[in-house]
Amino acid sequence: MATPRENDVKRRTLMAATVATATVGTIASRAGAQASPASPPAPGSGAAPTLKVSFTVNGKPRDLELDPRTTLLDALREGLHLGGTKKGCDHGQCGACTVILDGRRINSCLTLAVMHQGGRITTIEGLGTPDKLHPMQAAFVKHDGYQCGYCTPGQICSAVAVLEEIEAGIPSHVTADLNAKPALDDAELRERMSGNICRCGAYSNIVEAIGEVAGRKA
Amino acid sequence: MKFDTPATTNPIDQLKIVGQPLDRIDGPLKTTGTAPYAYERHDVAPNAAYGHVMGSAIAKGRIASMDIATAKAAPGVLTVVTAENAGKLGKGEYNTAMLLGGPGIEHYHQAVALVVAETLEQARDAAEMIKVAYAPAKGAYDLAASRDSAKPSGKDDEPADSRVGDFDAAFAAAPVKLDATYTTPDQSHAMMEPHATIAAWEGDKLSLWTSNQMIAWSVGDMAKTLGMPEDKIHLMSPYIGGGFGGKLWIRADVVLAALGARAAKRPVKVALQRPLMFNNTTHRPATIQRLRIGTTKDGTITAIGHDSWSGDLPDGKPETAILQTRLLYAGANRLTRQRLAVLDLPEGNSMRAPGEASGMMALEIAMDEMAEKLGLDPVAFRIRNDTQVDPEKPERSFSQRQLTECLRTGAERFGWSARKAEPKQMRDGRWLVGLGMAAAYRGSPVIKSGARVRLDAKGTVTVETDMTDIGTGSYTIIAQTAAEMMGVPLDKVVVKLGDSAFPVSAGSGGQFGANSATAGVYAACVKLREAVTAKLGLNAADAQFADGQVRSGQRSIALAEAAKGTELVAEDAIEFGELDKKHQLSTFGAHFIEVGVDAATAEVRIRRMLAVCASGRILNPKSARSQVIGAMTMGAGAALMEELAVDTRHGFFVNHDLAGYEVPVHADIPHQEVIFLDETDPLSSPMKAKGVGELGICGVAAAVANAIYNATGVRVRDYPITLDKLLEKMPDVG
Repeated sequence: MATPRENDVKRRTLMAATVATATVGTIASRAGAQASPASPPAPGSGAAPTLKVSFTVNGKPRDLELDPRTTLLDALREGLHLGGTKKGCDHGQCGACTVILDGRRINSCLTLAVMHQGGRITTIEGLGTPDKLHPMQAAFVKHDGYQCGYCTPGQICSAVAVLEEIEAGIPSHVTADLNAKPALDDAELRERMSGNICRCGAYSNIVEAIGEVAGRKA
Repeated sequence: MKFDTPATTNPIDQLKIVGQPLDRIDGPLKTTGTAPYAYERHDVAPNAAYGHVMGSAIAKGRIASMDIATAKAAPGVLTVVTAENAGKLGKGEYNTAMLLGGPGIEHYHQAVALVVAETLEQARDAAEMIKVAYAPAKGAYDLAASRDSAKPSGKDDEPADSRVGDFDAAFAAAPVKLDATYTTPDQSHAMMEPHATIAAWEGDKLSLWTSNQMIAWSVGDMAKTLGMPEDKIHLMSPYIGGGFGGKLWIRADVVLAALGARAAKRPVKVALQRPLMFNNTTHRPATIQRLRIGTTKDGTITAIGHDSWSGDLPDGKPETAILQTRLLYAGANRLTRQRLAVLDLPEGNSMRAPGEASGMMALEIAMDEMAEKLGLDPVAFRIRNDTQVDPEKPERSFSQRQLTECLRTGAERFGWSARKAEPKQMRDGRWLVGLGMAAAYRGSPVIKSGARVRLDAKGTVTVETDMTDIGTGSYTIIAQTAAEMMGVPLDKVVVKLGDSAFPVSAGSGGQFGANSATAGVYAACVKLREAVTAKLGLNAADAQFADGQVRSGQRSIALAEAAKGTELVAEDAIEFGELDKKHQLSTFGAHFIEVGVDAATAEVRIRRMLAVCASGRILNPKSARSQVIGAMTMGAGAALMEELAVDTRHGFFVNHDLAGYEVPVHADIPHQEVIFLDETDPLSSPMKAKGVGELGICGVAAAVANAIYNATGVRVRDYPITLDKLLEKMPDVG
């Protein structure tokens, strides 16, 4: 639940957004029509209207001032230099940009950064480091659940969230009994992981890696 | 080091580190998101501006006019690059079409502009403001319609036609024969990382951080394209998010980033937008393939003929789908013909196992059809027609050929004997179940490959080569090679790849990379060993490198001692002589597949997959297995879903994103089994290894097709085998 103070921030943010939108509109229409020779937009001069947003990434509070069109993905990659979250398609078709937002996985390319004021975001960099791997990262290394490595952060973030979803009793398309706890079998894992494409084709190994971590948890 | 006599015993044969199923050394970086891919190099270009590429909206014709004024004036825009303002551009040796189009347009989504702005959002927005008026021209976009206009197409060493004996007479006289035509569609690499580059100029020097499989080719083609000397270009590609042949050459991202950076006077980063990639970059061209096989009544092939048609842009190349048919099976009378039509679709080019991947899709269904006509088991039919020599040149033997062992091992391990020869005999609830198999075949070429090796005073061995790791495991097998050669543990080896400042290697392609590049590292290590023994005053002839020590006679000295004071550096390349011409270097395998086909909907599910491979020494069974399962997965895609749908009116691939171009996902792929047969190939290199990453895809799709036939009795000869092609003919089984 939002505190009154957060609501206040949101109201102010909304006002800023309204102003910003108007500004964008003005510049666009002027440039598009080339209507006013007296005040032509100077090339390259137009500073983008920006919005402020604050959220927590991997436990650290982050304050950003962004072009409101910036996706959460680009805010992470270009704004915060967290390159572990990958851009594969930018259209929510491949899953390479998967991060965990407020406990649930999300395609970070399909959401705008400014929509997540106060959000808690975990990226691949927040799960573990090369010297201290998260159990899922270690299992991917052990089972060779990757090749080129580009979809890997998304696969791992998804895998971590999938186990939590199963633990929480959230059913999937292949769950036969919606009232029972979903099974931790390969069919459930494959179905739930199907939003994360691996063109190198490491699927068989990825499912083994997740299964091992799931077994350890169970 | 010249490799012109068969390899004898060498330090690699110790197999203390080489041949072990070790975890990849780049694993901790890749799994934590800390391996830096091209677009993520904020460290080298913190002030990079952002480029957004605009593609042509027509397939063929001209740009009549282009209005970039509005875009240039848009907020944050620094420059707009077009063919009109880019200066004179050349065309790379490995490119068929220009990477920046205009005024002439050669294919749909050919790049026509790059907008460079302070932010990605501004660049993307401004690109929408560019107005282009096109003058379209009539083009040819339909392979089937252009088939009769296709011309013979080959090269000196790969002629368009090959003939042995009298195919026509033998085929006419054969008591049992098949004459069938198969089609494969255009396919896309669809690697996960889009083509991406950061370019930065410093005076007349150009630095490129990019995603590329072949460093030296690409430096050469960038020099040619920009009309500048090669030695002014520094190209780096240490991490590559997949390639599959799509990143063998420079593409629009790297050329436009360089042009944009020159115009904007600051570093520029460009990633091709995913919806642009399918038409802007290369693809595996569609084929039409006619197979004719004639046999005696007992199933001995007497005539085998393979015609293949494909299309490409003017001056393009054919899809060499006939390659395996010249070498895989015996038969006294043989004919292959390769024909190329001019099509104005995007550029066709290499994709994982070019030639054989498509060719085996047709040949191995044809073999299944013949086996049925003969009343022979498909495994037995293939074994009956095995050959240990090149069927066109019997004086030329295969360096190693364990095809029959692969087939027998696979049949036994898969439980092939449970298969019912007659289709539609196996049922599991709502599923019609079928088993299918195919042989696997892929050539294993060798290419000159260089490396530099350094030894420092801490005993650390550093390998530098422009070899690339596109997910294949190059980092790890190169480290294993150096560790084995120098007698140090794996963690005392540092591997640096993908940098044009390093010695030129084989690069990643044609499944020549692993064997050739590790052989190059072997050669450099031999030189380093000589330098070490000379420095330590040891006898090179009997020196043993093990456990960080060098031993000779009664003396044992720490390896690190040799580098005390000054680092030791050795560089060499492996150069291949005539062995691969006197002998045929190839890899072999067998694929076995079980499918279930929904009796009501004809939905196909792959239930089991097994591959058996004979491909020389396996340098790392863990990463090699991954190569094979990945190839099997791509083969499953080829069988069941992958197809670039051609709009034959407007000349483009319609399904140009990852929602429309379907590739296998987790739910499509069962647990996969891979068996590597014991093999060393002393004719291939000092490593005695061969390629495996492309072998794994060859034959998979046909094995799936054959399994579907076994399940349903429906023979589909046009890939992919989607349910609409099955539904009408599905058996009435209730």
